[in-house]
Amino acid sequence: MRRVYIIGTGATAVGEHWDRSAASLAIEALNGALGTIPASRLGALYVASALSGSLHAQSQIGVLIATAAGIPGIEVVTVEAGGASGGVALRQAWMAVASGAVDLAAVVGVEKVTDVLDARREAALALATDADWEAIHGVTLTALWALLMRRYMHEYGYTADDFAPFPINAHANAVANPRAMYRFPINADKVRSAPMVSEPLGLLDCSTAADGAAAVIIASEGLARELCANPVRIAGSAVATDTLALHSRPDPLWFNAAAQTTTAALRSAHLAHSDVQVFDLTDPHGIAAALALESSGFAERGTAVALAREGAITPKGRLPLATGGGCKARGDTVGANGVYQIVELVAQLRGQAGAAQVNGARVALAQCMGGIGATVATHILTLD
Amino acid sequence: MDLAKHWRLRHARYRLEGQRNRLTGEVRFPPAPPRPGEAEDVWEPYVLSGRGRVYSFSVVRQPPEGFEDQPPYLVALVRLDEGPMVTAQLTDCDLDQAAIDMPVEMVTRRLRDLGPTGLIVYGYKFRPIVQR
Amino acid sequence: MMKPERPVGIIGYGAYIPRFRIAAREIARIWDGAGGTPVDSKSVPGPDEDTITMSIEAARNALARARITPDRLSAVWVGSESPPYSVKPSGTLVAEALGATPWVSAADWEFACKAGSEALTAAMGMVGSGMAQYVLAIGADTAQGRPGDALEYTAAAGAAALLVGPAAEAVAVIEGTTSYVTDTPDFFRRADTTYPVHGHRFTGEPAYFNTLRSAAERLLHDLGAQPSDFTYAVFHQPNTRFPQTVARQLGFTPQQIAPGLLSPRIGNAYSAAALLGLCAILDVAKPGDRIFVATYGSGAGSDAYALRVTEALPERRERAPLTAAYLARETFVDYAVYAKWRGKLVME
Repeated sequence: MRRVYIIGTGATAVGEHWDRSAASLAIEALNGALGTIPASRLGALYVASALSGSLHAQSQIGVLIATAAGIPGIEVVTVEAGGASGGVALRQAWMAVASGAVDLAAVVGVEKVTDVLDARREAALALATDADWEAIHGVTLTALWALLMRRYMHEYGYTADDFAPFPINAHANAVANPRAMYRFPINADKVRSAPMVSEPLGLLDCSTAADGAAAVIIASEGLARELCANPVRIAGSAVATDTLALHSRPDPLWFNAAAQTTTAALRSAHLAHSDVQVFDLTDPHGIAAALALESSGFAERGTAVALAREGAITPKGRLPLATGGGCKARGDTVGANGVYQIVELVAQLRGQAGAAQVNGARVALAQCMGGIGATVATHILTLD
Repeated sequence: MDLAKHWRLRHARYRLEGQRNRLTGEVRFPPAPPRPGEAEDVWEPYVLSGRGRVYSFSVVRQPPEGFEDQPPYLVALVRLDEGPMVTAQLTDCDLDQAAIDMPVEMVTRRLRDLGPTGLIVYGYKFRPIVQR
Repeated sequence: MMKPERPVGIIGYGAYIPRFRIAAREIARIWDGAGGTPVDSKSVPGPDEDTITMSIEAARNALARARITPDRLSAVWVGSESPPYSVKPSGTLVAEALGATPWVSAADWEFACKAGSEALTAAMGMVGSGMAQYVLAIGADTAQGRPGDALEYTAAAGAAALLVGPAAEAVAVIEGTTSYVTDTPDFFRRADTTYPVHGHRFTGEPAYFNTLRSAAERLLHDLGAQPSDFTYAVFHQPNTRFPQTVARQLGFTPQQIAPGLLSPRIGNAYSAAALLGLCAILDVAKPGDRIFVATYGSGAGSDAYALRVTEALPERRERAPLTAAYLARETFVDYAVYAKWRGKLVME
């Protein structure tokens, strides 16, 4: 396998882009990532989108974007893996370049959720659950996370207030991110007094589904040295799955796919858990980040919330999370989240993350999740 | 119009019919096709008792399409006495009455109304046990 | 009097009453109720309940008491004036939910408030002829009254299931039945309308009282029995007063009808009304007790039955929730919630 590098990143602001189409957002991100590299040099395009089929009644959205980018004819792969779509697309690109089949590839994650109103969006998001055995009962992804949060509180003796450090950290970091949706700080009182969305989850511990597109350019080692002054290596890449329905798992508070992919990605990077200096996770709620940290081996079971309370997840802490705002404050672009994560972590490794910069970061971990841990993609990024 | 997909699940939905493994006695719900390598008839239909306990629960206040007339409603993971866990709504239960480990029993209720030109989808929900 | 050649009886019974109630004074608060209210409260089906779901629960209770497997049922019959579908039987869905399909007869019966007892009489015939061993007869309704109408105080919800089988297996043997029917337009609903029309005082003497009395007196006569021969009696109960009055007219005492008089608390459960009263009586009756039952359906007709309780009842009644358990779990809702759940708000 060849070494694989990220040589360019681009992203749109996350928010409500009423006047723009999915293709328009995707092209802005792709152009940003390409910089001076002509699109015609791309050997393949990987497009991640979780909701394009259900919300826009548009399959083959990858071809739509290739057409808009003026590169019809290119090999295109459209990836749908719920909230893990971006990470799964990145892995496809990584495999293509690592194998030698492709030298230069683009990964574009795009989500356009504001073209439909709330109930249809909730239904589309709930498509990531099991349609016959979960969604038919009216459960939403948010409700499933809330079930896990309640059980976690029951097992480990936490209160809902104990989860506040996650959204507080996300908002604090988003202030410095010009692409973030919510660039204002919040405090524990605000989190506590927010209206309930799905008990025990309140509004300020819930991400907002939003529009956005992010893109990264993936290159072989030779091309990376030719085209880029500061490439970032994808040192580890793994995707794994769990049962589609949460209720089918022996221990719902344990994300086996997160555990497996983290171990596999670190092993192929020849790194240990303790080497990772900055994280970007699927963190629409504090409970999601907590369970991901624990299942991935970065916190003992039942301790991630306590670690967050002690400040471990801030840019100055041991497990810095959501340095660009995460799903909560950057905005939840669902299938594009996995690509936004890479854009954010590349900035961290290049020392370009501004106020949320983790000092001396050389190893980063991106992990995105489809459904409730049904698909997990984990990537390790390093500086050579 | 969704007809076949609801029709073929009627036994599981209406009466909580899962499967039991003829060889090991393992009970599973929901029913599923035999896995690769398993004999076609190794899983036989098996109606679960409908008794269980709440593993966890929440309230849906921002409903998906098709459930707009229902909120707020309780949803739960229920650990059935036979072992499997299911996702379902709690019914006949006040929002402040639900609790982890609360004993519940299955009832067959309306899950969704697909509108004047569609089906009424019936299926299992769970409620606090009515005293014998 | 009609009775089958082979003696039959009820081998299992099951009640169901939704947990929600609305107080009559709450309805009177919205509509001018200065004239007093016909009941104290009535049952209200929850938003996920209908005739089918209530039938299923009552039927499960009946099967649990009888302890027979559902595949032994020869028929599942649902009597109701409020089926969820205009075309598509309730009985098939109930039979599927019970596990009685596919080798079973299923059908829906319709006769205003006595649709359930029509199914019961037919079940007697089917089992009594030897054509079937076990038949499930269900009366269930989620009745609707026009907002502000007198009917709104009473139109309630409930279900009762009676499992008919050979007398040797019965908790109560059915001694005989009469059925009295005339074309009497006291109450009706035209196709494609939401709410029924009723004939006010015309629903009283020429309809309910005359019809029910006729069926009851004929049965008493044919049995050579007196009201005092019965421990309990239950009559169709569209309100509190009608069953009290007809009992008095026939010579039954307030004590005889008290255990089965549920209408003050749950209103008129239509096809389930008298049968739920019978369930409540079976919950307390002792072996040897005789029970007199007379249903009524507008249009109009009455079925009267005489039952004798057997030694099997006391043990079997404990196998499912008593009617009292359903009566006890009452949660009152206000008129706004009631209007929302019962489809009385214009949504589109």
